[in-house]
Amino acid sequence: MAIDIGQFIQTFFEESLEGLDVMEAGLLALQPGEATDLEQINTIFRAAHSIKGGSGTFGFREVTDFTHAMETLLDRVREGRLMITGEMVNTLLESVDCLREMLVTLREKAEIDEARADELRIRLLELLELNEPVVSKPISAPPPTSSQSAASPQPPVAQSSESPGALGWRIGFLPHANLMHSGNDPVRIFRELASLGALTVRADRRRLPSLANLHPEDCYLAWELELRGDAAREEVADVFAWVEDECDLHIESLVEPPSFTAPEELRSSAPPSSLPPLPSSAPKAPAEDVVQGELMQQQEPPRSDERRKPERRPSSMASSESSSIRVSIDKVDAVINLVGELVTTQSMLSALGTDFEMDRLDKLHEALDQLDRNTRDLQEHVMRIRMLPVSSVFSRFPRMVHDVSGKLGKHVELLINGEQTEIDKTVIEKIGDPLVHLVRNSLDHGLEPPDERLRQGKPETGNVMLDAYHKSGSIFIEVSDDGRGLDREALLRKGLDTGLLKPGEEYSDEQVYDLIFHPGLSTAKQISDVSGRGVGMDVVRRNIQDVGGTIQIASQWGRGTKITICLPLTLAILDGQLVTIGQDCYIIPLLSIIESVQANAEMVNRVAGKNEVLRFRGQHLPILRLYELFGAKGAVTDLMKGLLVVVEADGRQVGLFVDDLLGQQQVSIKSLEKNFRRVAGVAGATILGDGRVGLILDISGLVRVNNAVL
Amino acid sequence: METKTTDLAPMGTVRSPKREILEENLQYLTFNLAGESYGIDILRVQEIRGWVPVTKVPNAPVFVRGVMNLRGAIVPVIDLRLRFALEAVEYTKITVVIVVTVRSDHGDRIIGMVVDGVSDVLNINNAAEIKDAPDFGTAVHTEFISGLVAIDSGMVMLLDVDRLLSIEEMFALDTVRGSESRSVVAHAS
Repeated sequence: MAIDIGQFIQTFFEESLEGLDVMEAGLLALQPGEATDLEQINTIFRAAHSIKGGSGTFGFREVTDFTHAMETLLDRVREGRLMITGEMVNTLLESVDCLREMLVTLREKAEIDEARADELRIRLLELLELNEPVVSKPISAPPPTSSQSAASPQPPVAQSSESPGALGWRIGFLPHANLMHSGNDPVRIFRELASLGALTVRADRRRLPSLANLHPEDCYLAWELELRGDAAREEVADVFAWVEDECDLHIESLVEPPSFTAPEELRSSAPPSSLPPLPSSAPKAPAEDVVQGELMQQQEPPRSDERRKPERRPSSMASSESSSIRVSIDKVDAVINLVGELVTTQSMLSALGTDFEMDRLDKLHEALDQLDRNTRDLQEHVMRIRMLPVSSVFSRFPRMVHDVSGKLGKHVELLINGEQTEIDKTVIEKIGDPLVHLVRNSLDHGLEPPDERLRQGKPETGNVMLDAYHKSGSIFIEVSDDGRGLDREALLRKGLDTGLLKPGEEYSDEQVYDLIFHPGLSTAKQISDVSGRGVGMDVVRRNIQDVGGTIQIASQWGRGTKITICLPLTLAILDGQLVTIGQDCYIIPLLSIIESVQANAEMVNRVAGKNEVLRFRGQHLPILRLYELFGAKGAVTDLMKGLLVVVEADGRQVGLFVDDLLGQQQVSIKSLEKNFRRVAGVAGATILGDGRVGLILDISGLVRVNNAVL
Repeated sequence: METKTTDLAPMGTVRSPKREILEENLQYLTFNLAGESYGIDILRVQEIRGWVPVTKVPNAPVFVRGVMNLRGAIVPVIDLRLRFALEAVEYTKITVVIVVTVRSDHGDRIIGMVVDGVSDVLNINNAAEIKDAPDFGTAVHTEFISGLVAIDSGMVMLLDVDRLLSIEEMFALDTVRGSESRSVVAHAS
């Protein structure tokens, strides 16, 4: 049966890229110089191992070779023979980048740049040697049958304690029954071993069941092997690398008295051949480890003494927006359940409809209520499928903070909270870049250099915090730091200089901090590599507003800055309050409504004889007569006769004057710009229940209009 | 209200070598407006529907009647009489909205235009039948007319819908005219 391997390639790429993320996260969690966290190393190792395996299967030789070099280094660390150093972490991180680039290039079926990979591989190998007492065994091409262990220049370590003048190794190899299910073949392993020295193999047939009970694809044999020669322990272990998890393996030095007590009976019965008898029924499954081994051979790493400067290429990470999402089966099951309910309701309704009589009106209403509930639930759950945890955005920050803080010479600790908070995929895609900008700002402008921090009595290590949480139907993301904060005075001066603020007036902190969102207004003393140029905070704010969010700043000079982004749960649907203005019907997003009041004469005052304000719960709110703004005819003009809807956006409240409130309705947002253009004060359009178009008010736009008018 | 819907042509016809061959046999949908006959490229026509009241858009130029729901898409509706600064009339039973595709720098748009009534499909077998538009003598600004065709009962003016219904151009015009309520909003933008 021919299997089209092509269909799995996409999965390989997706899984490998995920694996790289895992590796990156693991590497960043490593503490150079400290005791190695074995669990972390194992995680990283496993990820590298899967990529290596997968790439071998699909014939991406470059990836296989490269991963192998990484794997070798990681393996040393895993065995505790190397200490993790900062340099090592950085090189491995660079390697992760390089691999990611290779994978992306391969996915696009383009030629990959081998120079960079080679250069990095050399550095990886140098790290290996740098840290190890190298014995001067020349790295010669190993015999062609040897395993992947030969590919890297294994410094053949003079094993300190384990093999003083080792005669060889005694290996107890007890495969699990499912060894051959994964395509491994003991014979091949033995052949590899034989290439390392003189090999004696004895099979233990005790587990072999009677023929009637024998499952042809299971492995019932165990082996005791004796390898004589000067092979290093890890060379031997490497041969078993692919079956490690599927067998019990003991490797002992031959010098010691044999502790592996094989039964006499077995010893005598086993043929002293160099190859064990195989269960005749054992399937000859293609074993990828051999393919791997051969591939590896062609790749003797070029050695160079001088370290070349790495050619840095802009990482293509940012542009890779995933086109598919992984959805947990729970979410899908929930939707299927709801569809089931919907079908029930539908059959109920059609039963009612076939011969309807007025006395069954109650039943009809009941069924319609149920339909309403079903629809709502279904919609909510379908929306949830599009929701991704915000960690998919946050995950890039540990790396970024690591790199940038290194470049700036600052000590930074990144604290991440609430990364499991779920947001609509579209929103996630849009907020990545603004968040990067905000975090960079914090690192570059916010946090002080270590010496300055110490002078100010702060701990040397600065904190940058990322926090995500749900609150009242929105999602909040906070980026905060304990750096120097915003310089209110400097901003105020800038504001006055540029004419954005008027001299002699009092401005709230909020108004002053708002200035940093103005294009071309930077308080950075100098433009740096990290931030202070290019996209400014104005772009950040615009991006956030594009997805219907808002952004706010709180700051204390000398203590830090906190930027809060508020995002809608989803972009596609909102709860709306229908209002009438004259003959027209508009929709106000329910979330922005604080309260609706009928005004009386005491509540309305005039400021400076013109602008009306509403006294509302101890505050004075500007009143916006929407009919005036929209030029609507036939609207109620007497403030006492209509209704005032108090709405809030960007932290400001205004009273919108409308004729009347109609019902509430969930509306799906449609673009007005696609066929028409942006209309001031209108955020979008929707189709109402009667098929007509309703316009959705842009509350933050209206609040801004109001401020501009005042 | 009754809605006539006639799908006349597939969407997305592009200028291709094929089209060159078609040049020999051009088809135009003709309609009446204030007693005159106009034609538009039939490949641009998506459908023709009866007039139904639309949703007004605040602060839009007077010739933008509003927006309507075209199977879930929000489509602006332009009154062609008002676009040409002709006298407005009451809409009647035969008042129709021709939904057309308009190409622009911002991609294809779908726009509805209100006309007095559709009349016919005009076949032109020879491109030479189309004469250049004169500089004067019509109610319509000649920049929107791509050519003239003489028929038995008179003359048909062929319209360039991309120019005529260009949102950018319509609003550029509007800014010149200006209006009080609009200037309030303009502060904000």
